[in-house]
Amino acid sequence: MNKVVLGLIVGGILGIFDGLTAWFTPAVRAQMVGIVVGSTFKGLIAGVIIGYFSRKVNSLALGILFGLVVGLILAYAVAAMPDPSGHHYYFEIMIPGGIVGMIVGYATQRYGTAPQLAR
Amino acid sequence: MTFLSDSALDRLRAAADAPDLSGTRYQLIDKLGQGGMGGVYRVEDTVLHRKVALKIVSAFDSGSELADRLLHEARVIAQLEHPGIVPVHDVGTLPDGRVFYAMKLVQGQRLDHHVAGLETLAERLRVFGKICEAVSFAHARGVLHRDLKPQNIMVGPFGEVLVMDWGISKVLGKAEANSSGELAVVGTNHGTVLGTPGFMAPEQARGENVDHRADVFSLGALLHFMNSGTSKAIAAISSKAIAESPGDRYASVHDLSKDVANFLDGLPVSAYPESWMTRLGRWADKNKAWLLLVLAYLIMRTLFILWRAE
Repeated sequence: MNKVVLGLIVGGILGIFDGLTAWFTPAVRAQMVGIVVGSTFKGLIAGVIIGYFSRKVNSLALGILFGLVVGLILAYAVAAMPDPSGHHYYFEIMIPGGIVGMIVGYATQRYGTAPQLAR
Repeated sequence: MTFLSDSALDRLRAAADAPDLSGTRYQLIDKLGQGGMGGVYRVEDTVLHRKVALKIVSAFDSGSELADRLLHEARVIAQLEHPGIVPVHDVGTLPDGRVFYAMKLVQGQRLDHHVAGLETLAERLRVFGKICEAVSFAHARGVLHRDLKPQNIMVGPFGEVLVMDWGISKVLGKAEANSSGELAVVGTNHGTVLGTPGFMAPEQARGENVDHRADVFSLGALLHFMNSGTSKAIAAISSKAIAESPGDRYASVHDLSKDVANFLDGLPVSAYPESWMTRLGRWADKNKAWLLLVLAYLIMRTLFILWRAE
């Protein structure tokens, strides 16, 4: 599968799953829909960026590292927005976000198909 | 009357068998070996200034059968241009009437000697894969080797593998030698047994007509020889290749080598059914990084949930 499309799919699925885990935090349960939509959107953006990187750089280690950086940056952008009480969830969002980025980086490098050279 | 000793007879025989290279471009250096058809000599090509090997039919060939077979071998090899098959440079007749062909002088070890020095099964299987490539190429050109055995395979100093001795090879789809010089079958009529016991397919030993699965059998015997009982999966692959009935063997050399390649890559082997536990373990082993990342994510999430719940 195309690396960008694979990144999009893996990033989107993990984004949905990541958002749904907010249900276990009662304080933010009322904002579940917004969290899931936002998390999915974040996953999709991360997937496209990491998938595109995989097309350009063929290295498992660099792919995972790049995934971590992108995951952390996007998760930081989300975590920087406080909940209605003004509380930030940096660790709860950024650490899993970074790992999700690494998973997407691994998946696109390992299972994605590189574009064929034009003949 | 005085009888000659055995050693004196041997010397006389060697002198009589020594080739007369006068008038040719070749200069004799030494004898490399003796086979059923004749001898192989290391010679100097005085035109190109390089050493080559000359295979010369035996001086004791009373009829033309051996000469025909040697010529057939040279023509077969000449059609098989492949890095795993020793190339023929020249063919001709010596002043004493003996047929010869010149080929690349292969430096290296016989497979049986080479394998003894290889420590891992993976190294041995990579050599086996190269043998399969050469034989598979010959099959694609309609040529069966029919005498694959460790003694007929050389491994060069850079790991190059050369399949030698195509003297009893068979060209599929061509019945007899023809006058145009094209590749053609010589001898080995139905009922004639040629090959090496232990590496020869049962149907070949019975003198029946054979197809490419006879070489699959020989390769299976070679694989058994190279495995020396260390891997069950490889033992299963070689057992399938040396099945009594050709129909029970791999359909082609490609299928056989694919199974060996799958084993090397940690993929399922068709000849060796595994339990789901073994398969799961192999999958987990192959996807360690993926599993670790998912596990790390789940542990992290669980820890945050437990932390929040307190």
